[in-house]
Amino acid sequence: MITLNLGMTIVLAVLYSVGFYLLLQRSLMRILIGIVVLGHGANLLLQLVGGPPARAPVLGTAPPELFADPLPQALALTAIVITFAMTTYLLALGYRSWVLVGHDEVQDDVEDRRIAERERPEGSMSDDTADTGTDDDEDPGSAAASSEPAATGGRR
Amino acid sequence: MTTLVTLPVLLPILGAALTVIGSRSARLQRLIGIAVLAVVSAVAAVLLVVADRSGPIVAELGGWPAPVGIVLVADRLSALLLLISTLVTLAVLVYAIDQRITDYGRDTASTTFHPIFLLLSTGVSLAYLTGDLFSLFVAFEIMLAASYVLITRRTNASRIRSGMTYVIISLTSSLLFLTTIALVYAATGTVNLADLSARVAVLPPGLQTLLACMTIVTFGIKAAMVPLHFWLPDSYPNAPAPVTALFAGLLTKVGIYALLRTQTLVFPQDRPSALLLVLAALTMLVGALGALAQNDLNRLLSFLLVSHIGFMLFGLAVFDAAGVAGTALYVVHHITVQATLFLVSGLITRRTGTVAIDQMGGLAQRAPFLAVLFAVPALTLAGIPPTSGFVAKLALLQAGAAAGLSTALVAGVVIVASLLTLYAMVRVWIRVFWGTEKEPLPDADPADELVVGTAATSRPMYAATAGLVAVSLAIAAAAGPLSSVAGRAGVDLTDRLPYVTAVLR
Repeated sequence: MITLNLGMTIVLAVLYSVGFYLLLQRSLMRILIGIVVLGHGANLLLQLVGGPPARAPVLGTAPPELFADPLPQALALTAIVITFAMTTYLLALGYRSWVLVGHDEVQDDVEDRRIAERERPEGSMSDDTADTGTDDDEDPGSAAASSEPAATGGRR
Repeated sequence: MTTLVTLPVLLPILGAALTVIGSRSARLQRLIGIAVLAVVSAVAAVLLVVADRSGPIVAELGGWPAPVGIVLVADRLSALLLLISTLVTLAVLVYAIDQRITDYGRDTASTTFHPIFLLLSTGVSLAYLTGDLFSLFVAFEIMLAASYVLITRRTNASRIRSGMTYVIISLTSSLLFLTTIALVYAATGTVNLADLSARVAVLPPGLQTLLACMTIVTFGIKAAMVPLHFWLPDSYPNAPAPVTALFAGLLTKVGIYALLRTQTLVFPQDRPSALLLVLAALTMLVGALGALAQNDLNRLLSFLLVSHIGFMLFGLAVFDAAGVAGTALYVVHHITVQATLFLVSGLITRRTGTVAIDQMGGLAQRAPFLAVLFAVPALTLAGIPPTSGFVAKLALLQAGAAAGLSTALVAGVVIVASLLTLYAMVRVWIRVFWGTEKEPLPDADPADELVVGTAATSRPMYAATAGLVAVSLAIAAAAGPLSSVAGRAGVDLTDRLPYVTAVLR
């Protein structure tokens, strides 16, 4: 059993919560940063489960019981490379979206909205007006948000 | 024999490298792609026969024995799924190649398509064969990275939107997977699946439940299990038909396979899992009801895909040999039929110029062969006897009915969801193939990937689709031997000993 370092545990909690909070945003840049932060959290967790800091695991330099566990480090190294590649890809995707659509915002499912529109007149009025309300609330929200990423795009 | 286990991973990745080098010659690329997948299918067939006769085949990479080194394991389940997946990949590749020839001409080589396609196949093979939780993560990453490229190739505004949803969701689930691996390692000190099965068993029950739930969430996202399914009907329909067919056939099923492997090997239960039963029932119903509301043919098929993920979860949730065998059989059937339906949908779209069901009609008169190609997999998906769908559903229902009241109730949901599937399929049939004949819509955007008209479909595209229909009919014809193999695989999985002893000799 590994006793956890309190400081690192708090850092992990912050990384995970910030990561997931950013993932819930609309702008792809923020989501990207969220994924980066979350990736750091996961990699740090991998490091942490290897136990407390210890000697480098090279045979002959120290007795084996003083060695740090090398496996989590190898795992984290692999994971870092993968997260790095995915981050680059997501950046390219964000740029492509900015070129094609003019902003890098993740939009609603268009066909889903169309089906919701189509079903509206047939359904019960009370439920559907509530639905319409949220739809209308969302639209100006996303419109307002759309100007923001465009500005971010400009600064890039 | 152990070399044989590494071939399904090595050959596609070497093939991918060769297709990059040979990217000047379209013919060479096509040859490499088809040859590699054909050889891998043959290897998978041999693996299945050997694994069925003499137990799991284990390859220790680098010569390091099991808990320390990485192992590749081909047991009955993985060899069976590898075989059917590679066959479907091969058929989809033939279809995709001919679509490319039809659209861009015979000599257009591509630096991305063939390498990425083979890389995806590498990832899928590795995911089936690996006996190590971290290699499974790497396999998922290879597979998903390839799929990100395939889904966002030749982007337009709508494809980039759906691509983004897909990439973000997949990345999130990968990071959750990484977290799960870290927690599993912290608790047990190993990532080898066979080793884990003994070490997790001695953990406190609360910790076991936490780890089991983490794996269910992680693989549930990948498998599109309700309530983690929402990304699938949003992202799959926008990709080109062969890509959607490949994704629908393979990617979600790899998630199911990972769920099946981890839940039976590492987190076994001796009675039906209430959580998985509820999730399975919800997945079946939400998917099937969602399909009824759709007007876009590809979205309808995507919702049905979600619904049928529930069937596979149900077999797992029963948690006995019969249930797991039912799931294995269902995965084999569903990989084939779902890929076929998306390919047929691609052919339909090229004939009619639209994916909107209400703008199609009377296609049976204009394209009778296409109608047959749609009708057979549609009935198979719904599970009409004597198709493969019936065989697989029967196995699930028998397992459910035998395992107690709660599973028998969910078995009732299986029947309801099957009927809803049938209803959705009949509705498509009536609107698309019967009724007044409608003229094909003109090509809305000649620059995009969708080319419309009879000239836009070629004989080999039909042949590849017909080949997959034939495979699904062959599954029905070989139902006896196949269900006995699946049955033995189910016993293996719930027994756990054959796998564990083979790996940790």
